[in-house]
Amino acid sequence: MTDNLEALRDALPRLGEGVAITLQLTLGGALVAFIVSVVFGLLSISPAGPLRWVSTVVVEFFRGTSLVVQLFWLYYVMPLFGVSMDAVLTGVIALGLNYGAYGAEIVRGSINAVDKGQWEGATALNMSPLTRMRRIIWPQAWVLMLSGYNNLLVMLIKGTAVALFIGLQDLGYQIDELRVDTATIFAYGIGLLLYYLIALAASTGLRALEKRARRRLGLSAGSVHASAGAAL
Amino acid sequence: MPPVIRFEDVVKRFGDTTVLSDLNFDVAPGERVTLIGPSGSGKTTILRLVMTLEHLTEGYIWIDGKPLTHDRRDGNRVQLKQKEVAETRKQIGMVFQHFNLFPNMSVIDNVTEAPVHVLGRGKEEARERALALLDQVGLKDRADEHPSRLSGGQKQRVAIARALAMDPKILLLDEVTSALDPELVGDVLGVLRDVAESTDISMLIVTHEMQFARDVSHKVMMFDGGQILEQGAPADILSNPSHDRTRKFLDSVL
Ligand SMILES: Nc1ncnc2c1ncn2[C@@H]1O[C@H](COP(=O)(O)OP(=O)(O)O)[C@@H](O)[C@H]1O
Ligand SMILES: [Mg+2]
Repeated sequence: MTDNLEALRDALPRLGEGVAITLQLTLGGALVAFIVSVVFGLLSISPAGPLRWVSTVVVEFFRGTSLVVQLFWLYYVMPLFGVSMDAVLTGVIALGLNYGAYGAEIVRGSINAVDKGQWEGATALNMSPLTRMRRIIWPQAWVLMLSGYNNLLVMLIKGTAVALFIGLQDLGYQIDELRVDTATIFAYGIGLLLYYLIALAASTGLRALEKRARRRLGLSAGSVHASAGAAL
Repeated sequence: MPPVIRFEDVVKRFGDTTVLSDLNFDVAPGERVTLIGPSGSGKTTILRLVMTLEHLTEGYIWIDGKPLTHDRRDGNRVQLKQKEVAETRKQIGMVFQHFNLFPNMSVIDNVTEAPVHVLGRGKEEARERALALLDQVGLKDRADEHPSRLSGGQKQRVAIARALAMDPKILLLDEVTSALDPELVGDVLGVLRDVAESTDISMLIVTHEMQFARDVSHKVMMFDGGQILEQGAPADILSNPSHDRTRKFLDSVL
């Protein structure tokens, strides 16, 4: 056990670097995924058929093909067409597109879950579709979206480990290195703990956002999915 | 003066079900018309067509002589653009059975939201007007609260203030007291009587409150199966209906 601890102490700087890479992938990937999910989620409910169609194709493509293969394409195939990117940026984009595609479904579902009376109330006040979305529907859908985003973010954090496939020395990689000098069970135990702590921090942050958003709508802070606005 | 609302050969179908077939009627400026009739006779559909919440299958609806969603041009029926529809629709307001207040804002913001973000009025001006309207419906002291803290009757009075804040020429009221506890109905009807007396807003009213209909409306139209069975002054229709069906219907709601 002392050997294990000594090895861990020696590995700390490298583990720190690994955590930094994993956090970059997480934050960057989450940001790109958020933007992708909002853009394609909104396109998917657009009244214009071709826009909906584009959204369906893009979302299905990124959901239906493997993240690892998408990563290979971005990192090893795109350079053949003269587009080459730094490995972290490649990871961020691949994670963002893949999880963003799932996020688009969260956005679409949450918007559709806002009570129909809210759309009608807004129309009866002669709001344009844009004003109605921006001022009335989106703020209510946002509350519903946050719990979906919470799950998705935790999955994205776990998904960052694919960075290994393009040679990034992320947390997963450094844990594997640690295994050389320690008991396997010890190294992977540390790995579990560190990933769990990152996921816990992210999840707690999003849950706080969700609580605040629910309070603004006059809903209790619990996570019962009452359809917002139903009784107003 | 053209009628404020004219239904011309209006047809409304939901899939294969025809709800309204060749419906024609006029509402004069300032006129308050109550629609009565059994459930499913098409009353809500008529109001929703005027509010553009339903697509007009065939025919025309004219507001102040202008086309609402469809126009006749060179003998063809053409659908108007969103912008053109909005230009006419700004004269129309609606109060719903289930209030549809916005839960993401306070009571007063519910009332100022559309004047500021649709009509482009100044925030201060909109706020003053909203406070005056909330005062009129007896809720000025609740202005900064969240709507979820109000009773059903109070919510409905806010919804009335919200509709009035847009200065509509036409107000559509669809069973606005049906979702309320009986003891809260009176306050809401009181506010509406007050609006009827103090403004010349034209109204289409769907209600089962026959005394209210008798007091505020100029005309009552009895609907059955999407057709006007009979119409006339409230005293005539409500006291001396000429059709058996109307009599049966009135017996059932009294
Ligand atoms: N969205 C809809 N889809 C299909 N049928 C509908 C829809 N809305 C109303 N209807 C039908 O239209 C008819 C008239 O309904 P409605 O206008 O609500 O009547 P009322 O308000 O007089 O009770 C009913 O038979 C109803 O089932
Ligand atoms: Mg109805």
